[in-house]
Amino acid sequence: MGRYIFGRIGYMLITFLVIATFTFFLMQTLPGSPFNDERLSESQKERLYERYGLDEPAPIQYVKYMTNIFKGDFGVSFQYDGRAVTDIIGERIGASAVLGAQSLLFGCIIGIILGIIAAIKHNTAIDYMAMLIAVIGLSVPNFVFAGLLQYWVGVKLQWLPVAFWEGFEYSILPTIALSVFVIATIARFMRTEMLEVLGQDYIVTAKAKGLNQFAIVMKHGLRNAAIPIITILGPMTVSLLTGTLVIEKIFSVPGLGEQFVKSIMTNDFPVIMGVTLFYSILFIGVVLIVDILYGVIDPRIRLSGGTK
Amino acid sequence: MEKILEVNNLQVSFDTYAGEVKAVRGVSFHLNKGETLAIVGESGSGKSVTSKSLMKLIPNPPGRIVNGEILFEGKDLVHYSEKQMQKIRGSEISMIFQDPMTSLNPTMTIGKQIMESIIKHQNVSKTEARRKGIELLEMVGIPQAENRFSSYPHQFSGGMRQRVVIAMAISCNPKILIADEPTTALDVTIQAQILELLKDLQKKMGTSIIFITHDLGVVANIADRVAVMYAGKIVEIGKVDEIFYHPEHPYTWGLLGAMPNLNEDAGELITIPGSPPDLLNPPLGDAFADRNRYAMKIDYQMEPPMFKVSDTHYASTWLLHEKSPKIMLPDVLKKHRQTAPRGKQNEHLAKRKEQREKLLEIKNLKQYFTSGTNLIKAVDGIDFDIYKGETFGLVGESGCGKSTTGRTIIRLYHATDGEILYNNVNIHNKKSSLDTQKLNQKIQMIFQDPYSSLNPRQTVADIIAEGMDIHGLSINRKERLEKVYDLLETVGLNREHANRYPHEFSGGQRQRIGIARALAVDPEFIIADEPISALDVSIQAQVVNLLKRLQKEKGLTYLFIAHDLSMVKYISDRIGVMYKGRIVELAESNELYQNPLHPYTKSLLSAIPLPDPETEKTRKRIKFDEKLIWNDEGEEPVLREVKPEHWVSCTEQEYNDFKNYFDVI
Repeated sequence: MGRYIFGRIGYMLITFLVIATFTFFLMQTLPGSPFNDERLSESQKERLYERYGLDEPAPIQYVKYMTNIFKGDFGVSFQYDGRAVTDIIGERIGASAVLGAQSLLFGCIIGIILGIIAAIKHNTAIDYMAMLIAVIGLSVPNFVFAGLLQYWVGVKLQWLPVAFWEGFEYSILPTIALSVFVIATIARFMRTEMLEVLGQDYIVTAKAKGLNQFAIVMKHGLRNAAIPIITILGPMTVSLLTGTLVIEKIFSVPGLGEQFVKSIMTNDFPVIMGVTLFYSILFIGVVLIVDILYGVIDPRIRLSGGTK
Repeated sequence: MEKILEVNNLQVSFDTYAGEVKAVRGVSFHLNKGETLAIVGESGSGKSVTSKSLMKLIPNPPGRIVNGEILFEGKDLVHYSEKQMQKIRGSEISMIFQDPMTSLNPTMTIGKQIMESIIKHQNVSKTEARRKGIELLEMVGIPQAENRFSSYPHQFSGGMRQRVVIAMAISCNPKILIADEPTTALDVTIQAQILELLKDLQKKMGTSIIFITHDLGVVANIADRVAVMYAGKIVEIGKVDEIFYHPEHPYTWGLLGAMPNLNEDAGELITIPGSPPDLLNPPLGDAFADRNRYAMKIDYQMEPPMFKVSDTHYASTWLLHEKSPKIMLPDVLKKHRQTAPRGKQNEHLAKRKEQREKLLEIKNLKQYFTSGTNLIKAVDGIDFDIYKGETFGLVGESGCGKSTTGRTIIRLYHATDGEILYNNVNIHNKKSSLDTQKLNQKIQMIFQDPYSSLNPRQTVADIIAEGMDIHGLSINRKERLEKVYDLLETVGLNREHANRYPHEFSGGQRQRIGIARALAVDPEFIIADEPISALDVSIQAQVVNLLKRLQKEKGLTYLFIAHDLSMVKYISDRIGVMYKGRIVELAESNELYQNPLHPYTKSLLSAIPLPDPETEKTRKRIKFDEKLIWNDEGEEPVLREVKPEHWVSCTEQEYNDFKNYFDVI
């Protein structure tokens, strides 16, 4: 197992290098410059270029950038005069991560329950209701839900705050708005997988032992049905943890998603690069975790010391 | 005899979009304490549905018990609630399923799975349940039970898994054990072990067993009484000797006649023409009338009642009515009473030896696969020849490399090493595509599973003609269609079938389509990879007869790959026995069955259950210990000819022993 993870980390490093290289040269081809202000004179611009090392040829910039990355230095921002990129990410990621983790947890629990109920009550009104909810969740964009929640729960009923980030109650509405998509996706997957699992021979075996429906679903069904769900959980986690700009914008949450958009608008290369690389590190990491999770849940793909 | 279970007029239906399918149509039988009742029938006969209904395990909807009584110790289970049934299931009545590969939860340790029902029904602590679980594993013959208690199902072989399933089923000392084809998915030697285990457990615990199977050999081995099911009804029921030696129902005759007998070189197998009726609209009279060559007018008008033959033997056929003509038991069935071996085929073979020519020569063929860092030696250096016009049988248990051999010959795999000479030309170094194409035309393949080997989106005509199109054998559409019609008729189908799709056909008919597809390009050599193992007994006989007939008519050469030794013996001229990627014995089929020399062949032959209760009662199974021949020390055994045409894998010393043995005879 150790050897396996070690090898995987090696591959992750290569993947990361490729992504870094690719994004770096992609940035070079972007039109425009971070210092396009009309009020700046040519000589002022030149001085700025020199200060941030932008006057040097691309290959040298590349080598410098890559070596700095491995020292943990992602450069400094252009738009916030001289602030380190890592500081900006560090400051913004907190809110995004909390929001993402909450909606993931909430979405998974509700989605799994909904999916199981739909599978057990297969082809009944309950099943159709659950799947109707899922279809609405998938097809209606989350900013519509966000708006509705703000209007009804926030403004009309005055139960919860509609904006800002000053405590748990502030996170409730954006969490719900974000988790609608998670609920819908997980519920649909869970229903399909559970239906398939419930048709397997070992479920009949369990029934023949005299177990009741609840024990069969929880003990024999859930773990087997969860295996494919883990697959979609990986990318979903990344996209939720790193912030979703629309929801963050609507609820005025100071998250990473919002920062990312701002940086693109101002051609703030170091921040764009930094956030992109941060995303990829997260993604690569989550993929590894998902693969390890497979082994935990499904003993058939558990690796035993690299012999089998 | 005390009755533990009595089933009266049980009717089970499934509601489908097309209408009500009457899967079980009024079944009545009883089960005595401590006996084994076998329920035999082909797929779709309702035997599995009947057994599942006893535990009310039929999924509802769509299935439901329409009518009838299931009296277990006098209580009618039909009216039991789900809650009440949960108390019965696993403790009073329990079940063993067909496929041990799928009937265990892959994500739960076997220990937990066994403990589950003990905890549920016996109200004991976890440690107590664990102790009992380990005891059970030891009882069903799993070595190192304590260590293996927390292993997962995938860490066991198929036979071991079935032992685990049995341990689970007997964990609460059930009064009735229902075994639904428990050995069908297993190799013959493993099957023999499982049957012995069940008999042994029955002796110890006094359990009554209902044994569902389609294999009459297994029935003869294990059953005290037999019920024969057809189209949702029991058509004949009686003691095992009565069913095998005095069968009264023509369907039972057909089933018995369709089994080849190992001690007999019969001509054609008896087949039951046609296929079972559609239970969506069951026929008015006797459901078997359409396939019954002795059918009378009344068979089409009224269902026959159960006629009493003796106190224990009943059969449902109008032939037993006092007014109906007396029909003698067909001759072929009498063979089941005689066991004296004969050897008439030898002269006929000897005559052919002079003039036969080699069609295929396989020299030191090796086929390795890599999986991760592992090297799997699927075929590890085999040599054999196949002569023009003969059938060469290749037998062995799953994983021995027999299918890989077939696939390598047809070049689905690229051979790791060795030569394959076809008409004296090495076909594995062919570079030019023209030669390759010619060879592809001459060598064709018939596959095991008739359900997955036909493209469901193509019409039968397109499936059959595809090979002709590729090889440019048909000039125009009309000719192409004519050829397809011809082929369909050759394999016993109608020309109307050409425009239909595969799902409209039964398994046997699909296999015929597969055969027509192989024949379409006028091949010389056909590799049949387990062509009948997915089919029912009576259908198997039809397909085997068809293959034999085609061989005669078209002068085909077959490589017949199978694990069913009795069928291989019946169809093959010569047989090679494979074990772990090597051929351990090769001889003419009669010689092989009469004088098996290799310990593995002996154990394989001794494990085949025969449809004859007398021989089954006295059977002695020879156990094979692989350490005897596959030790790494000393001399590597090589295939040597110990007698003309009889090759055995042996060492120098053994070779001399065999030689002396034959000299003495």
